[in-house]
Amino acid sequence: MDRERQIKNKMITMQHVAKTFVTERKTTRIIDDISLEVKENELVALFGPGQCGKTTLLNVMAGLEKATSGEIIVNGEKVTRPGPDRGFVYQTLALFPWLTVMGNVCFGPRMRGISKKEREERARYYIDLVGLKGFEDSYPVQLSGGMKQRVGIARAYCNEPSVLFMDEPFGHLDAQTRYLMQDELMRIWEKEKRTIVFVTNNIEEAIYLADRVIVLTNCPTQVKKEYIIDLPRPRDYVDPGFLALREDISSVVDKTL
Amino acid sequence: MEQLDYKKSKRKYWLLSAASVIVFVFIWWFSTAVLKLAKPITLPDPVTIIKTFIVKLTHTAPDGGTLVGNTLASVKIALSGYVMAILVGVPLGVLMAWFKPVDRFVRPLFDLLRPVPGIAWIPLMIVIFGIGITSKIVVIFLTAFVPCVVNSYTGIRQTRDVHLWVGQTFGASNLQLLTTVAIPTALPFIMTGIRVALGSSWCAIVAAELLASSEGLGFMIQQARGINRPDIIICGMLAIGAIGALMTFLLGIVEKHVVKGVMHK
Ligand SMILES: Nc1ncnc2c1ncn2[C@@H]1O[C@H](COP(=O)(O)OP(=O)(O)OP(=O)(O)O)[C@@H](O)[C@H]1O
Ligand SMILES: [Mg+2]
Repeated sequence: MDRERQIKNKMITMQHVAKTFVTERKTTRIIDDISLEVKENELVALFGPGQCGKTTLLNVMAGLEKATSGEIIVNGEKVTRPGPDRGFVYQTLALFPWLTVMGNVCFGPRMRGISKKEREERARYYIDLVGLKGFEDSYPVQLSGGMKQRVGIARAYCNEPSVLFMDEPFGHLDAQTRYLMQDELMRIWEKEKRTIVFVTNNIEEAIYLADRVIVLTNCPTQVKKEYIIDLPRPRDYVDPGFLALREDISSVVDKTL
Repeated sequence: MEQLDYKKSKRKYWLLSAASVIVFVFIWWFSTAVLKLAKPITLPDPVTIIKTFIVKLTHTAPDGGTLVGNTLASVKIALSGYVMAILVGVPLGVLMAWFKPVDRFVRPLFDLLRPVPGIAWIPLMIVIFGIGITSKIVVIFLTAFVPCVVNSYTGIRQTRDVHLWVGQTFGASNLQLLTTVAIPTALPFIMTGIRVALGSSWCAIVAAELLASSEGLGFMIQQARGINRPDIIICGMLAIGAIGALMTFLLGIVEKHVVKGVMHK
């Protein structure tokens, strides 16, 4: 099993990545020497306490922020700036409110100059995939939180990136919708496998979704410990194996400062 | 059912609004026509006003223009200056907000001009351009220009980081970010600026005509004051109010079509 994993393609390689923010007043080290690897089509959850630098880490991986030191390679290419091969799903407020569902999902292909006919055709496939058929012409204000996140996922997928970064995408949803969206993400991911790096501050969400959970320390953040989750899917929140892992991970994670 | 309730309450409020106008006109009529609290030469009654209004629609006495002609003259000048102000002001505000060097270059001059009320330009403009059309168009332009710039600038600055990140992760260039993310974000603010500018333009044109003009609603009012015709003054004021309200209404319709994805109340 482990051998087989190693043979699979590496999608992301981070080596000794550090990030320090310099402002007029002070310099703050947010990421302190992180090295990690993510394999193709793997779903990795980054789990850490609040304000530990999870978003910063994703931004660095996506190329939105420059690493102070170290190197990030995604799909064989060194990351120096953001690019269409790395998609992003944010919390609910990231949709463009002035565009319809179709307009939002088409946005990536539109930036790359793909013809209207072709991009709408592709968008329709992903809108259908996330279960929003019939809502193509709705504006985000008209959608519920869960539906907005579906649009966010479709929008990222539609650009056909090799890696998807998700920054607490279900963080703003109520508990019920959150469970539903976790199942939906699993369904979508089973159908359209992609490499996903998923940030969460919810331990159950991490175990429920991920192939591997990487636990981060408080700021300046480092990798504290890694857990391979080989529970069969669909997973069960009250399965003894699940609970044991939950117990185990809770005991190592830092408390929020 | 709810729809019905909604319609009912809407009608109720409409009646309430109508009632305020009716009560106002009635008190006016009662105190002038019946109680004769004011001399007709000081404050005429509403019926006289309506008569004058109808007569003035087609008659040129005493100022040399009909009500329609004067209104058109005012609207024409106001709109010319106003449209130019939008064409220059909105792009300037957008560029200032997006490109730092433009901001640095334009800002000192802009900050100096901004606190000067539009109508304070009138004397200088009369000295430079005389009392013709040009001086008034320039005054309107300067008046409308400021809110266009300020609101566009503020609007672009509202652009959310996360939207820019999304744009960047999709490979948008800086110019694409401006046109596909920042300008759509700014659009409601730009429209607000355009609406505010419309109101100021309309005020400024009347003020300019009161001071120096040979036609227009302000000129008509000024002439009527010279010969003690309060009925014509009030007709002029009614026309000013009606045209102002009409233009704001039309702009509201445009706004609804341009600004997408917000709840229209
Ligand atoms: N551009 C920046 N300049 C300076 N400091 C920053 C910058 N971006 C983030 N920080 C700081 O880095 C720290 C970590 O922020 P980050 O958003 O990465 O944490 P997080 O783990 O995602 O937090 P949360 O749990 O709230 O999502 C914060 O204290 C923040 O103030
Ligand atoms: Mg965060």
